Amino acid sequence: MPTVLLTRRSLIVNGCAAMAAVVSVPIVPAQAQGLAPTPTMRGGANNYLPGAPIVNRIGVGGFWMTGTVRRAGDGAPLAGQRIQIWAHTTEGHERDPHSHGATLTDANGEFRLEMPQIVPAFGQPHGHLAYDSGEFEPVFLRPVMPSAKDTSLSAHFVLQPV
Amino acid sequence: MTLLRAALIWSALAIAVVVPLAAALNSPLLAWRQPVYIAAGLAGVVAMALLLVQPLLAGNYLPGLSLARSRRVHRWTGGFLVAAIVAHVAGLWVTSPPDVVDALLFASPTPFSAWGVISMWAVFAAALMAALRKRMRLRPRTWRLGHTTLVTIAAVSSIVHAMLIEGTMEVVSKLGLCALVLATLVKAVIDRRVWKTRR
Repeated sequence: MPTVLLTRRSLIVNGCAAMAAVVSVPIVPAQAQGLAPTPTMRGGANNYLPGAPIVNRIGVGGFWMTGTVRRAGDGAPLAGQRIQIWAHTTEGHERDPHSHGATLTDANGEFRLEMPQIVPAFGQPHGHLAYDSGEFEPVFLRPVMPSAKDTSLSAHFVLQPV
Repeated sequence: MTLLRAALIWSALAIAVVVPLAAALNSPLLAWRQPVYIAAGLAGVVAMALLLVQPLLAGNYLPGLSLARSRRVHRWTGGFLVAAIVAHVAGLWVTSPPDVVDALLFASPTPFSAWGVISMWAVFAAALMAALRKRMRLRPRTWRLGHTTLVTIAAVSSIVHAMLIEGTMEVVSKLGLCALVLATLVKAVIDRRVWKTRR
């Protein structure tokens, strides 16, 4: 019964093909009009608690979250911008308020905040960062560490004025 | 000789199930997880182990079990598999609701989530098909092909799901369990001659 054989094969082949339909990475076209704003990442705002306090350090520290904040278009560094940071660390879950903290960018638009070691959660060692202060469009980032052993992670913001 | 063979098969199965579970229970990540998150992760490991048991029962490979009893245990194990998946998803949902909502809506940043959700629906569909088999008056061949297709999707996507995750499962034991799941499934499908019109 060759036709019947084909039916069964096509069933399995189609099933596998459907499964293989994986999420494609959006391709950002080259920007002629200067620096493009950073898009919010999928899942970036998960477990966000608005209004995290500005702190010198989250918990005991030992891990560094660093990055830069620039303006879309001309790429000018933005000083004094509040960046909120949270993650699943050795000291708490993403949803724990004590896992959240914020810091301000310096004159060069750079920020760095010491926090506890990030550990893999929900399948990936990752952190969360948010710009949500009103002057620019909100951006939520979810960078993934190349290795769970890393002791730092960086994320960069290019913000679009509101 | 048959006794020795039976002992070997049962011990091999016990090792294949216990080693990955024990390794996951010794994961350093557990130190930084709350009980519900730990339980949710383990429920996933248990589900993967049950995916190994199911084709062994369907193929009647486990010595000491008659065909009828093997089938009965297969149905019960299917129920436990559904329960393990429900516990896995529910526990993760309690741990981090937005991450689970993203996964269920196929909007997660992590590709393994989609594979897990595909696997979940395939298992649910296979179980539902088994539960309604008589009521729907499915022809034996339709039943065999349908159930086999669904569990193949479930097993393959579960393997991809597990292998992409950086979690509590230890890498070598995870790879071993996944390889065994795939191998037993392929053997059962071939031995049962699922595609044949008559047996």
